[in-house]
Amino acid sequence: MADPATAQIDAEERQRLRAARLENVGKWLLPVAVMALALLIWDRIVVWNDIQPYILPRPVDVCNALIEDRALLFASLLTTLKITGLGLLCAIVGGVGLAVLFAQSKWVEMSFYPYAIVLQVTPIVAIFPLINIYVDNLTVKLLLCAWIVAFFPILSNTTLGLNSVDRNLRDLFRLNGATRWQELRHLRLPAAMPYFLAGLKIAGGLALIGAVVAEFVAGSGGQQSGLAARIIEAGYRLNTPRLFAALVLISLTGILIFMATSWTSHLILRRWHDSALPAER
Amino acid sequence: MRRVSKTFANGVVALDGFDLSLDDGDFLSLLGPSGSGKSTVLRLIANLVQPTAGTLHWRGDNPLQADVGYVFQEPTLLPWASVFDNVWLPLRLRGVARLDAAAAVDAMLERVQLAAFRNAVPRELSVGMKMRVSIARALITKPRLLLMDEPFAALDEITRFRLNNDLLDLWRDERFTAVFVTHSVFESVFLSNRVAVMQTRPGRIHGEIAIDAPYPRGEPFRTSPHYIALCRRASDLLAAATEASGRRLREAANG
Repeated sequence: MADPATAQIDAEERQRLRAARLENVGKWLLPVAVMALALLIWDRIVVWNDIQPYILPRPVDVCNALIEDRALLFASLLTTLKITGLGLLCAIVGGVGLAVLFAQSKWVEMSFYPYAIVLQVTPIVAIFPLINIYVDNLTVKLLLCAWIVAFFPILSNTTLGLNSVDRNLRDLFRLNGATRWQELRHLRLPAAMPYFLAGLKIAGGLALIGAVVAEFVAGSGGQQSGLAARIIEAGYRLNTPRLFAALVLISLTGILIFMATSWTSHLILRRWHDSALPAER
Repeated sequence: MRRVSKTFANGVVALDGFDLSLDDGDFLSLLGPSGSGKSTVLRLIANLVQPTAGTLHWRGDNPLQADVGYVFQEPTLLPWASVFDNVWLPLRLRGVARLDAAAAVDAMLERVQLAAFRNAVPRELSVGMKMRVSIARALITKPRLLLMDEPFAALDEITRFRLNNDLLDLWRDERFTAVFVTHSVFESVFLSNRVAVMQTRPGRIHGEIAIDAPYPRGEPFRTSPHYIALCRRASDLLAAATEASGRRLREAANG
């Protein structure tokens, strides 16, 4: 096949190539432009209407708060990240572990799956007071919350993946006298990988939400507190710029987690799974 | 297989009074319309399902899975594994390490002309190449019996002819016994020394033709009058089997 850059192509194909290139740039440029425009409008509204910073700070004030309070804010970010990361890790271990257990026996799955759903659909805010009574250690409390919120997508997706193995492939393994462990290791786990990774993308964001919600409800204070506690504290003190700054940090963290899980998924699946292939034109 | 029958839990009688015997080195085609229980016959031989009644013997023994290679209608490869790993799989499941298997797997890949694609994953291959990987995987354990379930049904004709030739070469060299399920009259006559025609509902053998043309068979055979005549006979037998099935269905409907 000739290099598309040098090959003689007709006008229609040239048009299509140009559109594709534009789309590639626009994908990044447009959201940034929208953000810049929104910030500008925000800034103008504050200035023209003479709004006080404790009601609505200018974007510049938020930036200043991020820089001035960086020691405090980043320490809190680290605390929140720790809970999020550990929560996600527990969710992966627990979710995949339970899914593997379910895949070993239909009876186990039938017995316990409904309770996983119950845990998922009950709002964490409603469960938390109970956790608060029974668990003393603050970190464990928060971790438990993040885990409860994040583990279900991993469990449900991995269970689905482990069970949706091609019937003929299973026959092939039976024909070759594969043990249960071999079937799991060489067939079911790799086949479940795309499902698990899709669950991981959801769980990453949920772990952060779980951690932040838990911090809110726990209302923890002091040096060890996370970003949610900073938001509450800043709200009480009418330190609105810092409140915004903490919010920005939480959003950025969420975006970074999503990008990290998406990238991991792409790296693992890019050679063989349709979802990781570039769309054909 | 003697007087074998198979009834599924939903009440479908797939096979009833099915008799079949195989000689060493046979290439037998099971020819029949869809739903005549051809695949069920293969699954019974492979011990993937148990007969409702009747008996199966293989070399005086119950069928031994270790002695059977199976080629499915689809290539049925592990999409995440390389061509090498896919062919290695049956040996791997028997505890043969990669290094110990490498010589045999590479020789087999050479045999099916895929040596250059050793490290490719299935989605980088054409359908015909995937099917060759599937056949290589089935033969890597040197089975005495190779079962094939319409393996070339989804291929274009040019690829199908090539793979037919390749399959006959493999059969000649590796000396396995083959059972080939198909609904193509031409394919069955070209490949086999015996064509068994099945009738449907319940599935049983309607009749059998011996294909007395000598091997090796190549393009000259495919265009010879003898081939055409044999195809004619197989085709007539298939028509008679379909007619018989239809008659029985009508009788059943009339009570």
